[in-house]
Amino acid sequence: MPLNCARCKAARAILKRPKTRDALCKECFFHCFENEIHNTIVEGNLFKPGDKVAIGASGGKDSTVLAYIMKLLNERHNYRLNLVLLSIDEGITGYRDDSLETVKQNQKDYALPLTILSYKDLYGWSMDDIVRQIGKKNNCTFCGVFRRQALDRGAIKLGCNLIVTGHNADDIAETILMNVLRGDIARLKRCTAIKTGSGDNPEENVVPRCKPFKYTYEKEIVMYAYFKKLHYFSTECIYAPNAYRGHVRSYLKDLESIRSSAILDIIHSGEVLAVDEGIKLPVLGACERCSYISSQRICKACVMLEGLSKGLPKLGIVKSSKVKMIKREAITDGKKCDEKCCSFTCKSETDNKTNCKS
Amino acid sequence: MSNHLNIIVEFKGGMELLFDNVTKKELSLPVNSGEDGSAPVEWTIKDLINHLKEKHLKERPELFVNDDSIRPGVLILVNDVDWEILGENEYKLADGDKVLFISTLHGG
Repeated sequence: MPLNCARCKAARAILKRPKTRDALCKECFFHCFENEIHNTIVEGNLFKPGDKVAIGASGGKDSTVLAYIMKLLNERHNYRLNLVLLSIDEGITGYRDDSLETVKQNQKDYALPLTILSYKDLYGWSMDDIVRQIGKKNNCTFCGVFRRQALDRGAIKLGCNLIVTGHNADDIAETILMNVLRGDIARLKRCTAIKTGSGDNPEENVVPRCKPFKYTYEKEIVMYAYFKKLHYFSTECIYAPNAYRGHVRSYLKDLESIRSSAILDIIHSGEVLAVDEGIKLPVLGACERCSYISSQRICKACVMLEGLSKGLPKLGIVKSSKVKMIKREAITDGKKCDEKCCSFTCKSETDNKTNCKS
Repeated sequence: MSNHLNIIVEFKGGMELLFDNVTKKELSLPVNSGEDGSAPVEWTIKDLINHLKEKHLKERPELFVNDDSIRPGVLILVNDVDWEILGENEYKLADGDKVLFISTLHGG
């Protein structure tokens, strides 16, 4: 009993859209998918002619589809953007080296220039080096903090004034739920913005970022890649097989299977959430060492690098209020960070899940 | 009268990692032809999911099934059509069907 497309009424439907529950044929799905992203871009005022835009490309499904769509819409609607691919090589043998091959294929397929920047070049440490020093317990925290800065540094190096990332509606709903669960009001307020790092604080030393897939369901991104035969790389990071936002993701997927609008509903709730006037939020300034944006005097990446070079890797993982204590213990004991520090690592479990999303 | 149902099963998007990195399998499923009462009369997707879990899955079944059905976040297409418009678990497999499982749970 083939079902006809709800839009054109002629062709055979091939997918049920999670957003609307409509069954669409392939051509109508492509049309709606592409047009909705175009509308998100126009309504969100994401680009202006002449922008040089770095596409954060990991070789995974979201960024592969993003690169394809950005090129397509730029040409179709004459955005007049200068698009480049920017990949970060964390230095994880057997994981990132494979996915970078996919990015190199994207470069050829879409004829977009590609730059690959490594953690080793930027920070002097690859993730393999870091794991050798600190083990597999908190490495995701390092990776997440370093990656965020790496994209900025790469974009600045390439002369880009904007970064686009492949974060989709599912990712954003997850982040909202996680920030609710952790009671992180500052992040909760920031994480729903479709564009960050521009407007509010022009002195921020970051490249503005935007998320054209903010309202795009993961299911549709995967279906689009499948029907367009776009090749992407999918695996789990070898250092974090289960750290990919585990429980929150399962919970959200369960919600979606009961009521598929739940994802957009959560995003909407996050957007309309207002923080009371009197609530003190962290003020963002610049790191004294590297001048990267930071809510602390020294940014997290610099603290982590200091920890790695001094053999006190816990420095960047625990709360900043505990850092002094670790330093004092290290001096009085005259030895490297030991078991005592480990009782402070409870926060790192949640950090793992926050950061481990490329 | 054939007493086997021949179908193709494919795995993508990281799903293959749970099946020994095999991306395509040709299955010949026994069908009750009258003499053998042990085989099912017909196969639904639900039966196929159970069969794959019992006979072919190599690791971490919780990433494939959840309470007797597919884990939310795994997409299923039958002959390139979303199973959500085919009746999901209750869809009756036909000879020559191609059933594709795509994980959306694996990152990049």
